Amino acid sequence: MPGMTDASPAKPLLQARALTFHRQDEPVFGPLDFCLDAGELTLIEGDNGSGKTTLMRILTGLLRPEEGELYWRGEPLTWDRCSGEVVFLGHQLGLKADLTPHENLRFAIGLHGHREHSHIDEALARVGLAGYEDEPVRKLSAGQKKRVALARLLLIPAALWLLDEPYANLDRTGIELVNGLLEAHIAHGGAALVTSHGAVQFHGGEPQRIRLHD
Amino acid sequence: MAKWIPLWLHKLSSPPVFYGFAGKLRPWAIALALILGAIALYGGLVLAPPDYQQGDDYRIIFIHVPCAWMSLFIYAVMGIAAFIALVWRIKLAEIVAMASAPIGAAFTFITLVTGSLWGERMWGTWWTWDARLTSELVLLFLYLGVIGLYHSFEDRRQGARTAAFLALIGIINVPIVHFSVNWWNTLHQGSTIRLLGPSTMAFSMIWPLLTMMAATKFYYIASLFGRTRADLLSLESGKDWVREIVEKEVRG
Amino acid sequence: MTDRQRPGLGHACMAVLRRDLTLAWRQRGDMALPVLYALIVTSLFPFALGPEDALLRRIAGGAVLVTVLLAMLLALDAMFRSDIEDGSLEQLMLAPQPLALMMGMKILAHWIATAVPLIVIAPLLAGMLHLQATAMPVLLLALLFATPLLSLLGGVLVALTAGTRRSGMLLALMLLPLCVPVVIFAAGALAAAQEGLPWIAPIAWLGAALALAVVLAPLACAAALRIALDS
Repeated sequence: MPGMTDASPAKPLLQARALTFHRQDEPVFGPLDFCLDAGELTLIEGDNGSGKTTLMRILTGLLRPEEGELYWRGEPLTWDRCSGEVVFLGHQLGLKADLTPHENLRFAIGLHGHREHSHIDEALARVGLAGYEDEPVRKLSAGQKKRVALARLLLIPAALWLLDEPYANLDRTGIELVNGLLEAHIAHGGAALVTSHGAVQFHGGEPQRIRLHD
Repeated sequence: MAKWIPLWLHKLSSPPVFYGFAGKLRPWAIALALILGAIALYGGLVLAPPDYQQGDDYRIIFIHVPCAWMSLFIYAVMGIAAFIALVWRIKLAEIVAMASAPIGAAFTFITLVTGSLWGERMWGTWWTWDARLTSELVLLFLYLGVIGLYHSFEDRRQGARTAAFLALIGIINVPIVHFSVNWWNTLHQGSTIRLLGPSTMAFSMIWPLLTMMAATKFYYIASLFGRTRADLLSLESGKDWVREIVEKEVRG
Repeated sequence: MTDRQRPGLGHACMAVLRRDLTLAWRQRGDMALPVLYALIVTSLFPFALGPEDALLRRIAGGAVLVTVLLAMLLALDAMFRSDIEDGSLEQLMLAPQPLALMMGMKILAHWIATAVPLIVIAPLLAGMLHLQATAMPVLLLALLFATPLLSLLGGVLVALTAGTRRSGMLLALMLLPLCVPVVIFAAGALAAAQEGLPWIAPIAWLGAALALAVVLAPLACAAALRIALDS
């Protein structure tokens, strides 16, 4: 089934109900209720240790919540329902240090497929890494590594972006790049969930905010 | 939860209910284990006549055989609890599986030691690569692996589930190992050495054996309940029911 | 907006295989370590037992087998470690491809990088211990069946320890019960070949076990990963 996002606008992409998570029986957060709709940006705010990353990992399916339910396009969330429509960018970027950006991205495309009319070198140029396609990732700076991971967002088709600290390690141009990518994605009907420490300046309208209390 | 599980069993899987239930049964299990054990030892060491072939040396079977049986039985219980823990994620099953592992390992160790002692008496060597003893040795490694894996996780529940998976892999492995060691033995030695004498034993030898088997079962129950209760308290330490129990202890 | 041309299974498998083999080649110094280790250990046997031909010949088959097994055990730990550390394993788990198949490809790549060099030098190792030439083909066949079994079983165990501060000893402890049958049958075939007796039966058992493991181990590996990383 092609990933058309002109499904009925009433059904949210991702919905969470009464989501709670415990670690060693200590509650980390919850219960949370929220919806992520197509064409919407959502921000998760909270201090260090408030569980932003944990929540993100639960939404990807890497962690199981203690209680609560998740729904994808109205149906209970299972891996095969949402696989191929979600892209996750975590603290660890998922890049192999011994491979070049080009090879890393080619591998990602080999698993996920690629968006029509997208090319690896073009994507790398757009994130500001023209000329670095064949340098081993090991030799790149932290900011440059982040940009390679961002290039992955340009190449892989996905309805929902889950970005954990996308602004970390980036300078001002990098931050603008992330905002630009988010705006384009939202404008095309995608959805994004972003965690961030600091304030986020988003030009495309006020994002939905979820605040996690410690 | 599946609908065919009776309500009382479902209730029992709740930590405070099990804590109370186990607490009530445990003294009885200890008493039975001690009494039956004493009777079995008296019957085996004093009452039973000497074997016409092995003299008094055979008497070690009254410890060796029940321990060997328990080492396998406990592994089976651990496996069932592991399966329940993985499929239904029930906390009590995780705790029971992990609490059984050290008990099973201890029984396996005693089996190996008594087997070795017996071998020394029978054939003059402290260790024979007999199929059954070697399988017990591999079983010991399986137990130690489960215990080691459980303790290498910081999150106890995650560690329990991972070790439970390992226990299930081990269950598939035990018959394979036994089969291959048997085959290996026929390859390298002409006949298999049987640690147990002819299959027909005098009744005076059988009843102490069976009594000891029962005694070890009760010991296992007593030990398991004790460990499980302790683990429940520590795992649920933040909860209200634990707090009430502690307050009662402090007051009383 | 998004046009999904999800790559087929074959394409994704080749991607994983290509990536892991490229990585192994980029660190080809690491590939040499198990080989060096095997050479050193094998040359210790004559020093320990004396250079007498007949004695070395008797133990040659078993000694080479155990040496190769130990060398593989050393390399097993690294199967998933770098992927866990840099987050690639997470990405693999989230990819729209069956995780079991992806794990199978990773195990295959690891086997190619670790075991194949060992199999290649196995005749050299056996020659150092004076194994008869007639038994060499059986040695290679036995290794060809035993080493992938070890990689597959080892892969499941390494997946289980994925979240822990790993100690090699724990992995060895967990692996030993699983590889006892493999060693028994492989060495049994070798011993039979060395005596000129029929050796096909134990090899057939190994083959059957390998066929089962190829199907089941990747599934167990994927399940173990999910359990160990708590999902």
